[in-house]
Amino acid sequence: MTLVDMKHGNKFIIDKIEDKETRLQALRFGISEGSEIESAGSIPGGPVILKKNLQEIAIGRRTAEKISVKKKGMI
Amino acid sequence: MSHCGQTEIENELQADKKIVLAGNPNVGKSIFFNYLTGIYVSVSNYPGTTLDITSGKMGDAAVYDTPGVYGVGSINDEERVARDFIMSADIIINVVDASHLERDLFLTQQLIDLGKKIIVALNMMDEVEKNNISIDLEALEKELGVPVIPTTAAKHRGLDKLKHSIDQAVKGNTIFAENSDLEKELKDIEAVTENRADALMILEEDENIRCQYPSLKTVPELREEIYTARRQRVDQITDRVLSYDENTSQLARKIGAYMLKPVTAIPMLLVLLYLIYQFIGVFVAQTVVGVTEELIFVENYEPFVRNIIANTIGLENFFGQLLAGEYGILTMSVTYIFGLLLPLVAGFYFLLSLLEDSGYLPRIAVLMDRLLQKIGLNGRAIIPMLLGFGCVTMATITTRLLGTKRERIISIFLLGLAIPCSAQLGVIAGLIAQLDVFYILVYVLTIFAVYVLAGTFLNKVLPGESSDLLIDLPPIRLPDLKNVFNKTYQQTVAFVKEAGPIFVFGAALITVMQKTGLLALITRGAEPITVNWLGLPAETATAFVMGIIRRDFGAAGLTSIALTSAQITISLITLTLFVPCIAAMMIMIKERNFKESVYIWFGSWITAFITGGLVNLLIF
Repeated sequence: MTLVDMKHGNKFIIDKIEDKETRLQALRFGISEGSEIESAGSIPGGPVILKKNLQEIAIGRRTAEKISVKKKGMI
Repeated sequence: MSHCGQTEIENELQADKKIVLAGNPNVGKSIFFNYLTGIYVSVSNYPGTTLDITSGKMGDAAVYDTPGVYGVGSINDEERVARDFIMSADIIINVVDASHLERDLFLTQQLIDLGKKIIVALNMMDEVEKNNISIDLEALEKELGVPVIPTTAAKHRGLDKLKHSIDQAVKGNTIFAENSDLEKELKDIEAVTENRADALMILEEDENIRCQYPSLKTVPELREEIYTARRQRVDQITDRVLSYDENTSQLARKIGAYMLKPVTAIPMLLVLLYLIYQFIGVFVAQTVVGVTEELIFVENYEPFVRNIIANTIGLENFFGQLLAGEYGILTMSVTYIFGLLLPLVAGFYFLLSLLEDSGYLPRIAVLMDRLLQKIGLNGRAIIPMLLGFGCVTMATITTRLLGTKRERIISIFLLGLAIPCSAQLGVIAGLIAQLDVFYILVYVLTIFAVYVLAGTFLNKVLPGESSDLLIDLPPIRLPDLKNVFNKTYQQTVAFVKEAGPIFVFGAALITVMQKTGLLALITRGAEPITVNWLGLPAETATAFVMGIIRRDFGAAGLTSIALTSAQITISLITLTLFVPCIAAMMIMIKERNFKESVYIWFGSWITAFITGGLVNLLIF
């Protein structure tokens, strides 16, 4: 499962961010492997919007496809 | 710039100490800056960069405002400039958006890790209250180890306290635990650099700083490790100090969400575009300009000046013509700049500042991302594109925020080719408003088609692919009008300073060309193109010559020629696509290089005349 499969309101945990540059950028924004995130929707064929507490960030589709996630509660 | 790619900081302020304001983008740093420094502010352009750094004095100290960044590093020019100011600071005032602690404290922790004396201005406390977040200030101070002053800068709360607490800035708690492996690595490098901040940046793989110490042999690459440790530390801090009341529904959040859901977002964007058109294209371009250009300048100011010149040096000689003739420096140039362009440019910057401060701009970027990917750009490129409608020259500078060289080339070319600047747009709006819907559609669709085709073409021929979007969405806010007016004023003044001399020069040049007969020669020489190919009257050649000097100058030149609807449409299409103005060219050469700029210049000529001619052949 990757970020693009998440529907608005889904809560999940970031499992793996493949690309190093993206991983570092995401760290600055507060998103790292293991963070709990909520989906705030996506633009069809376009970016995915993530929500962590009050903060929202938008991630381009190609990157989002490379970020794998797992549902909360799954190990 | 030094050979290591660092900014050399001017020391003209002759201060005992350097205070640097640092923070993420859109946290309100400039309000603090204005409060601390009062009226005396100087804006300087640093060599090698075109980023403006404002500096001012507060007592014996120099205060610098830096570009907003999410971390200290060298990802783009903003970061490099901010880094160099931060590294040289004696005291750092770190402005933090209290409603985005998790994001902002990453920079705070990095500043602390650099070993600088820091004071935190915890800004936007009003948003925190509105969102039912509570922050344990005492715990935050203890965790960070530096003073934290709560503020709401937009309402001037807490600013005074901050000003009086600056001297209490101290070094805070770093992520480098004593005797840890990381601390050992840092100490090893510090032994060579004798400077804690440089040592840390070297460990974080910053090439510019590394380059200053050629004696350092191998250095461990620890950026990811340090970033991860810092993120963990920040998460730990926020866990301890933040508590949320999750069940709040916020109007602003809802609006923000609607701005991104295509079903509601697209109609909202269309309504916005319509309002912008009504404001700029109808209200400013017709009503306001009708008063300023016609009534004030053409009917009153120009006869007054011509009268004075006629009574002193006389109108019929060369100097009289130069000053107050058909293309007079004191008549036409002044009318164009102050009567025609100034209201348009000010109106445009006003809208843009509103959009920027309201938090809508990044959401437009998200919406447009998919489309812009098709022409090799990503959603962020919407910012220079929108700015391009203000002034292509300034927009060319902001293409720096795009991630890759490829994206910069594509967007600079498209800016130069198919984006009319506000001054030109205003003139176009004035001319096009006289036309039927049919002609307006022909104009808009032609320009749009050229834009898409050129973008698609460049995306195909240039090697590589577009980079992906990764942006932060700030909360939707009601913009602070004072700040909006301030920005509008500053940008408008910058426009007049930039455009003024070129207009004067352009007007003088045209008078000289007219007097020497060169203009008539060009007009005749260009007849095969203007008359036969484009179907326009021969005099339009003058407008094109003026357009080479400045595009809006060219469009303004059209207003005095009698044209049919079809001719107006054709000449507007050709002029829009025609060469970027001299100022934009100079910036292009500076930002890219001479060869690329010449390609862009001739590319625009060819595209403009071919498109104009084709529309003439096929449609009219």
